[in-house]
Amino acid sequence: MLSDSLIILFTFGYLALLFAIAWYTERSAEKGRRLGQNPYVYALSLAVYCTAWTYYGSVGQAATHGLQFLTTYIGPTLIAPLWWVVMRKIIRISKLQGISSIADFISSRYGKNATLGAIVAVFCLVGIIPYISLQVKAIANSFNILHISNQTEVMASTVFRDTAFYLSLGLAFFTILFGTRSIEANARHDGVVMTVAFESLFKLFAFLAAGVFVTYFIFDGFASIFDAVSEAGYEALFTLRGENRNFEWFWLSILSMLAMLFLPRQFQLGVIENTDERHLDKAMWLFPLYLLLINIFVLPIALAGLTYFQGDTVNADTFVLALPIAKDQAWLAVVIYLGGFSAATSMIIISTIALSTMVSNNLVMPLLLVSSRMQNKYQNRLSSLLLWSRRISILAIILLAYMYYRVVVWDFSLVSIGLVSFVAIAQFAPAILGGIFWKGGARIGAITGISVGFVMWFYTLVLPTIVHGGFLPEGILTDGPWGISFLKPYALFGFQDLDYVSHGLFFSLVPNILAYILLSIWTKQNSKEHNQALVFVDIFKYSETLDSSIVWKGKAYLPDLKALLENFLGVAETKKLLDRFFLSMGKPIHGDLYADPALVNYSERVLSGIIGAASARIMVASVVKEEEISLEEVLGILKETQELKSLNDELKSKSKQLRQATRELQSMNEALRTNDLLKDEFISTVTHEMKTPITSIRAFSEILLDDDLPEEEKKRFLGIIIQETSRMTRLIDQVLDLERFDSGRQELNLEKVSVGILILEACDSIGQVFKERKLIFKINLDFEELFLLVDEDRIKQVILNLLSNAAKFAKTKVVLAAARDSHYLSVRVMDDGKGIPEEEIPYIFDKFFQAKNQTSKKPIGSGLGLAISKKIIEYHGGEIEIQRIDGLTCFHFTIPIQSETQNPKLNEKQTNYG
Amino acid sequence: MDKILIVDDEPNILLSLEFLFKKEGYRVFIARDGEEALAIIEENVPTLIILDIMMPKVDGYEVCNFLKEHHPEVKIIFLTAKGKQKDKEKGLGMGADLYLTKPFSTKELVAQVKQLLQVETNN
Repeated sequence: MLSDSLIILFTFGYLALLFAIAWYTERSAEKGRRLGQNPYVYALSLAVYCTAWTYYGSVGQAATHGLQFLTTYIGPTLIAPLWWVVMRKIIRISKLQGISSIADFISSRYGKNATLGAIVAVFCLVGIIPYISLQVKAIANSFNILHISNQTEVMASTVFRDTAFYLSLGLAFFTILFGTRSIEANARHDGVVMTVAFESLFKLFAFLAAGVFVTYFIFDGFASIFDAVSEAGYEALFTLRGENRNFEWFWLSILSMLAMLFLPRQFQLGVIENTDERHLDKAMWLFPLYLLLINIFVLPIALAGLTYFQGDTVNADTFVLALPIAKDQAWLAVVIYLGGFSAATSMIIISTIALSTMVSNNLVMPLLLVSSRMQNKYQNRLSSLLLWSRRISILAIILLAYMYYRVVVWDFSLVSIGLVSFVAIAQFAPAILGGIFWKGGARIGAITGISVGFVMWFYTLVLPTIVHGGFLPEGILTDGPWGISFLKPYALFGFQDLDYVSHGLFFSLVPNILAYILLSIWTKQNSKEHNQALVFVDIFKYSETLDSSIVWKGKAYLPDLKALLENFLGVAETKKLLDRFFLSMGKPIHGDLYADPALVNYSERVLSGIIGAASARIMVASVVKEEEISLEEVLGILKETQELKSLNDELKSKSKQLRQATRELQSMNEALRTNDLLKDEFISTVTHEMKTPITSIRAFSEILLDDDLPEEEKKRFLGIIIQETSRMTRLIDQVLDLERFDSGRQELNLEKVSVGILILEACDSIGQVFKERKLIFKINLDFEELFLLVDEDRIKQVILNLLSNAAKFAKTKVVLAAARDSHYLSVRVMDDGKGIPEEEIPYIFDKFFQAKNQTSKKPIGSGLGLAISKKIIEYHGGEIEIQRIDGLTCFHFTIPIQSETQNPKLNEKQTNYG
Repeated sequence: MDKILIVDDEPNILLSLEFLFKKEGYRVFIARDGEEALAIIEENVPTLIILDIMMPKVDGYEVCNFLKEHHPEVKIIFLTAKGKQKDKEKGLGMGADLYLTKPFSTKELVAQVKQLLQVETNN
């Protein structure tokens, strides 16, 4: 196998790689490239959930308890869809309130209460430090397994010869370096997150490599493992049996669900380090997928280990590593070892950052701030004090965890310690979930619930370990304290059928929930608390108006507030923040001597991000002369903000309507102007058209007046005058007609008339024209009797207009064809003239089209005939259009048939005028 | 003898003008549109032209331009229904000697034509 020094080299080499990744990411972030800000890194970072316990312990658990190890992963998977409801809300609240840790979150919800924050912080430390030491143990154990395979000394005798000690120091250094770069505890640690994401990928890869090796190289796939297991009699492990199994599965799944949400490291990465709520979308399915992948080979490896090491005393927690070593796969063993190392380190780093924030913001700061003497002493060094308290606590936490590992006798499997930690964290669930969904949740309830839960947790889960360690008499476990049997820690009130974790969870969480609910109902919230309760529960309503929806009454001297901020942020940063605030409020910068409530709230929020909500509260209160306000006032002001918001919404929609109206007015104006232009143009065209006949009339009249002309000439000229006069009359009539149609004042004289007769009469009246021009004129009537409600004269006018146009252009023939179907009468007038150029078709029905169209030879006529015809047909509800049919120019109009019941009969009548 | 070319697309106007100037003793040519006018000019350059503006195919402006370029000596009278000041300025700007609007007084038109042609002979 590989030598110790080589393994140590690999270990520290891996650690150096983490430094490089973190450093590179931070460098890029400084240059504005936020590499870690995408949903994939976010989802992978959440996989910090899978610690060394998953990596080594799942196999151990599977080997002893069978499928039960799955509960740890079923819970988070089941709850993943609910992230959208729970996580998103927690994220939104934390972003808007500047929350920096789970202790901060709880204390903030219950009126920014420092006591509550401190309680949560302490419980987190107590609950999590053993869990961290578990990771140290996993690293040490895995190192030792490689070490044992070298057949040398088993365990380092002194701390200073222990590799795990130096690794712990290395991790502390890494965490301090990349975890406390900024004073703002809610600032993103891009480098750390990227490192964790990388480690998640690496441990998955290593574990899958181990699984594939065991399943396909030691055995021949899944089936062969299960066969071998059946022969050895281990079937019980992969079947579900036992009377209380359902109950246990239920409680363990609930437990892992809560752990996934509220473990400090999950809260740190899932909430504090979240950069975009939308990343949840992808994480919701990527994270369960990750869990599925990392669990595929757990059972095969466990079963393979059991059968392979049958009879040997190999700890099941080490199967993952032991199997490759047994097969002399040195390099694979190193990769697997590093995978386990990565699982442990990412957990240690993130947990430590989260815990150190709680220590500095929820323990050190409030304690400092309580005494004004201390406050004065550190007045100008608060920010460096804060940073150093965080750095020192990181080192202290890691060393404590290491000491715990060295001192406490390790009889417990990896999994049991982890689950005990889970139960501790689960005690925060009622206060958090109740806090974001129930406005009634009160501080006293939260404090009591969490405390009761913790005491019960300690009694049922921690006390027994102390007994096992030999510090207390065994009798406590076997007979109960003072011989009272129903107080036995593993079997309270005689519940002895449950496994001890489910038992502990049940007997801590249930009293916790009861205390929380009952005391919340029985006690009255104070105004600050109620204010926060409303903001938390209705966060999506307050998102936009947060600073003005946090109720506060009092007076603050602006220079005092500024000095306070400068203490933590420095002069330049404070100026920047205040300028930004004044700018966003639209107020003159530094104009007032007194800060208004919005500015006070803003400052408090900024400070919250640095020192935690409760401490920020105390600090701000020290510079602000605050007046106690009644609950009614709080409610009143909150209602006002909500009303203001709805008023604002209303205003927004009003102004939107106004914009819409303006747009409509503009377009109407535009239309009117075009209309005006059209009208102007129309009038100028009409006058122009009138001038033509008048010119002729005047010229000939003058000629007649001045000259003594021969009778014949006289008559001819008088004829022209009369002809031009009637041309003018026609023009005037048509202009008036069109004007009436255009303005909608034209009324139709509707009568029921026989359409056939109407058409024939119209044709008769123009027949003479066709004869004169020697044109063939054909009429096709497709029906015999059709009565329609129409204006007879107007329809005749249309037909005459179309026929006279046709007569003007036709070369040899004109055809009129009328037909009907059940809905329409349709009339076509066709001629074999040269037709209308394609490009002119769209304008052919425009008024004075011919007059304006200078390119074609002007035919006789006013230029209004078609425009009027179109109006008449439209007035009758029909349509008129121009077509080209079999080389003929065809004007086609339709008139709807109202409700006629005649049967169409074919009747062709042909009149030949040619 | 002075030759007058009358161009208009209205047959009756053409008829009246033709009658008027023939009576005054001029040689009169008539054209129904600009195209015909250009054809006549090609063969027989007139002394004076009475020109409508809005006509199919080739309009009065084009005929005017053609004359100004090839036969600048021809006197040009625009006789048109386009009576706006703007149109008048445009017509005179193109080099026409007179811009008269329809309906016109026959006496005045004849007098103006005579005057234009007299100036010509005097020079």
